[in-house]
Amino acid sequence: MGATMLTLAARMRQIQVEETDQFRLLAEENRINIRLIPPVRGLIHDRTGRALALNEQNYRVVMVREDAGDVDEVLHRLALLIDLPEEALERTRREIFRHRPFVPVTVAERLSWEQIARIAANAPALPGVTPEVGLSRHYPLAGDLAHVVGYVAAVSERDLAEQEVPDPVLQLPGFQIGKLGVERRMEDILRGTAGSRRIEVNVVGRVMRELDRREGTPGQTVQLTIDHRLQTFARARLANESAAAVVMDCRNGDLVAVASSPAYDPNLFVRGISVPDFRALLDDPYRPLVDKTVQGVYPPGSTFKMVVALAALDSGLVVPEERVFCPGHMDVSGRRFHCWKRGGHGRVNMISALSESCDVYFYDVAQRLGIERINEMAARLGLGVRHDLPMSSVAAGLNPTREWKQSRRNEAWLVGDTINAAIGQGFVLSSPLQLAVMTARLASGRILAPRLVRAVSGVEAPVPEAPLLGLDAGALAIVRQGMGECVNHRRGTAWSSRIVEAGGRMAGKTGTSQVFTITAAERAAGVRRQEDLPWNRRNHGLFVGYAPEEAPRFAVAVVVEHGGGGSSAAAPVARDILLQALHGGFPPLSAYPEPQRNRIETMQRDLMDRMQSAGDEGRDRA
Amino acid sequence: MSYLEYAVQRVPTGPGKVLHVHWALVLLLTAVASIGWLMLYSIAGGSLTPWAEPQMKRFAVGLAVMFAVGFVPIWFWRNVAGVAYGLSLLLLLGVEAFGAVGMGAQRWIDLGFIRLQPSELAKITLVMVLAAYYDALDVRRASRPVWVVLALVLILLPVFLVLRQPDLGTALLLLMGGAAMMFLAGVSWLYFAAVILIGAGAVTAVLASRGTEWQVLKDYQYRRIDSFLDPALDPLGAGYHINQSKIALGSGGWSGRGFMQGTQSRLNFLPEKHTDFIFTSLAEEFGFVGGLSLLLLYGLILIFCVVAALQMKDRFAQLVTLGVGVTFFLYFAVNMAMVMGLAPVVGVPLPLVSFGGSALLVLMFAFGLVQSAHIHRPRGNI
Repeated sequence: MGATMLTLAARMRQIQVEETDQFRLLAEENRINIRLIPPVRGLIHDRTGRALALNEQNYRVVMVREDAGDVDEVLHRLALLIDLPEEALERTRREIFRHRPFVPVTVAERLSWEQIARIAANAPALPGVTPEVGLSRHYPLAGDLAHVVGYVAAVSERDLAEQEVPDPVLQLPGFQIGKLGVERRMEDILRGTAGSRRIEVNVVGRVMRELDRREGTPGQTVQLTIDHRLQTFARARLANESAAAVVMDCRNGDLVAVASSPAYDPNLFVRGISVPDFRALLDDPYRPLVDKTVQGVYPPGSTFKMVVALAALDSGLVVPEERVFCPGHMDVSGRRFHCWKRGGHGRVNMISALSESCDVYFYDVAQRLGIERINEMAARLGLGVRHDLPMSSVAAGLNPTREWKQSRRNEAWLVGDTINAAIGQGFVLSSPLQLAVMTARLASGRILAPRLVRAVSGVEAPVPEAPLLGLDAGALAIVRQGMGECVNHRRGTAWSSRIVEAGGRMAGKTGTSQVFTITAAERAAGVRRQEDLPWNRRNHGLFVGYAPEEAPRFAVAVVVEHGGGGSSAAAPVARDILLQALHGGFPPLSAYPEPQRNRIETMQRDLMDRMQSAGDEGRDRA
Repeated sequence: MSYLEYAVQRVPTGPGKVLHVHWALVLLLTAVASIGWLMLYSIAGGSLTPWAEPQMKRFAVGLAVMFAVGFVPIWFWRNVAGVAYGLSLLLLLGVEAFGAVGMGAQRWIDLGFIRLQPSELAKITLVMVLAAYYDALDVRRASRPVWVVLALVLILLPVFLVLRQPDLGTALLLLMGGAAMMFLAGVSWLYFAAVILIGAGAVTAVLASRGTEWQVLKDYQYRRIDSFLDPALDPLGAGYHINQSKIALGSGGWSGRGFMQGTQSRLNFLPEKHTDFIFTSLAEEFGFVGGLSLLLLYGLILIFCVVAALQMKDRFAQLVTLGVGVTFFLYFAVNMAMVMGLAPVVGVPLPLVSFGGSALLVLMFAFGLVQSAHIHRPRGNI
């Protein structure tokens, strides 16, 4: 007996004294779990401080089996209160019996305040049911900034695979990550860092108590250069069109509006879009999912003529006063290139060629310059360059060169290619963003870079003084004069879209880019005008412009897909947007030419109604 | 020495017996039991329910039983030893027939007011019947084979019935307790040496035959032996209890984590923490010092039993007192060895500390016998 007791004592000593450290560690591992606290995602504001992306309180009800007692009965009562569909009840029932009895299971999400109040009022009859509040991303302006801000959605396998060392917070159930636009490109800044809490759990994983807690840091607030009022206006003005408009501040490069139409409601993606909804977006011929402002590229058409004009002046090969005779066409190496004006413009100089958009003048000049000089000037003005913006799929466009054609198409560059390029056709492709950058550079004479992020966490991003374009002031003045006359001269192509305010006149350039040539058969069948063609074969209408003419403040580029023509489809839109930007709201009717005022008044009222109802809709969802 | 030979005037009678109660033993038993209450209170998260309070009430009943048994003269208990033994055998058969199944084994009969565990009762009636048997038997004949076989039959009957339940732990305790009684009664040590040698040989043979074509046990039975020898091999299966138990013990360290601070027991990592594994909670919260203290208290109880037995002249009284001591010793030694990983996991409670009614009442009954022997010992004729 004595020996046995000594053995027991010795064994106790061995475990408790000699090996105690090892066992104490094991005991800690047994009981302590580390849980992550997801960080609160940073907000996205516009330049006025209006929230473009915020974290909305999401009311949901959870149920704990062990507190509920009779699960079916309680669910039944809950269904009477908040009208739950049968599938949701069935799903909850399955969920709740799959987990341990103390695990809370979400019964319903995104409940209204009334529903939550009803549940709270009936709490005694609903044991084990608790209303909870979580955060979920909400985009109050719905579609207006869908393409810029993007959206967040659940983390996918692909998101995880993309990261070298995935943040463990991504593994949390229900965690959402930026999928598109600013939400995606600025994910690191918006996400913040997760906190953690050490909790003591028992053998079945029930949380007994919290030992300590380390708060994470919430994501930083990102302020964009966008002005939501102008953005909303631009979107409303472009409604029913497949179009894009980009407004840039001529002083610092701020993108004040970047509107693509049509758009989609990013909130659908946050909740998980349904298959039919997604299919409808995919099948829409107006392609709402595509961001036409930075991703869409179009032949710039006549808006490219400023590039050729500047290249010509810069090279010194052409003087502005030089006149070219336009008979309505030009024959080059056995091929006839038409001017858009069948009858011809007669004798034109650079300014009238720009304002009246004479093609033959530019055919002639481009032929003398060669494609290289045109390329160089296009790049200087920001065409064919991928601008660095935190948006998705920013396109580089195309600034075609001899080498490009040789390597891509394995064909030699032809004179005809240069002639096509002279009027922004052929291989040249630009995005509305690039056209806006070009216009802002022309208007300011500086190499402005587009800017979308104004401040992060209230710290303003510095705006370095943009370097000069390095062009002769006289050359720029000629081009600006051409753009001014294009709008403000009786014979200019955008005459009907002029602004008549003193000190607030617009300068600009129309463009019409051909998508399809009207075939001989169609011509024979009587198709003469764009309106006679099916929508998707009509020409794109473009307009680039800035205002005020004397002291440029805003530059705008508008592309209306298959809009027919620049002067009819794009220029009026550009004028309305510029006026809106300059006035910070609807402009007085006196800004418009007298005969148009009645029509404009009706349109303004219509737009106000539309913006009003869109705002109401946004508030309802908020 | 029969009860007629007692000099009646030298044995206390009437209320005077109270003065002759072994009060030190009562105090020790209460001290050990109160350690149990403390632990049950701690394990319940600082609550008297569900364990500490019922256990205190049971101990009160146990004390009453002990005094009641103690005040009855020891010769009465010798005369009823055979009847008690027979009764406990009948109860064991009753378990076989009507017993409730608990934890995968038939263990108790529900008598309405108490759940009787006849196997517990059998431990003490076996001690009694063997003491009476050797009291009646001439010491010189104790080693004769026929009388040895008779004693073996007395032991093996309840062992067999308990094994049928099945309750290997109690059966082993009965076997060892019975063997100890035979040893104390003076049965020749040669029998024991022979049994030990045969036993050791058999174990060696069983282990050595593993993997050969004469393999005695099934593979899974060998694996169980492995997991006893090295619990880490199977941390979530058979080794789980013992691993968690060792973690609790080890994390207690020298002075423990402090009262109500044991994480292993409070968080349910310890299985059976209020019954068979209660020692681990004690060792976790009070450390080596606490565990050793309990061991010392147990040791004192044993010493008091031995000393009391030495003062007695009656062979039955001596054998019963020592037998109770040995049974008590086997209880706590097997339990402690089990939680420390020195013995396989068998269902043996820690005496007076573990939560449970039958074992406590039977033990208090047994200590009542010790008190009876102590109170009614002849005095003053040395």
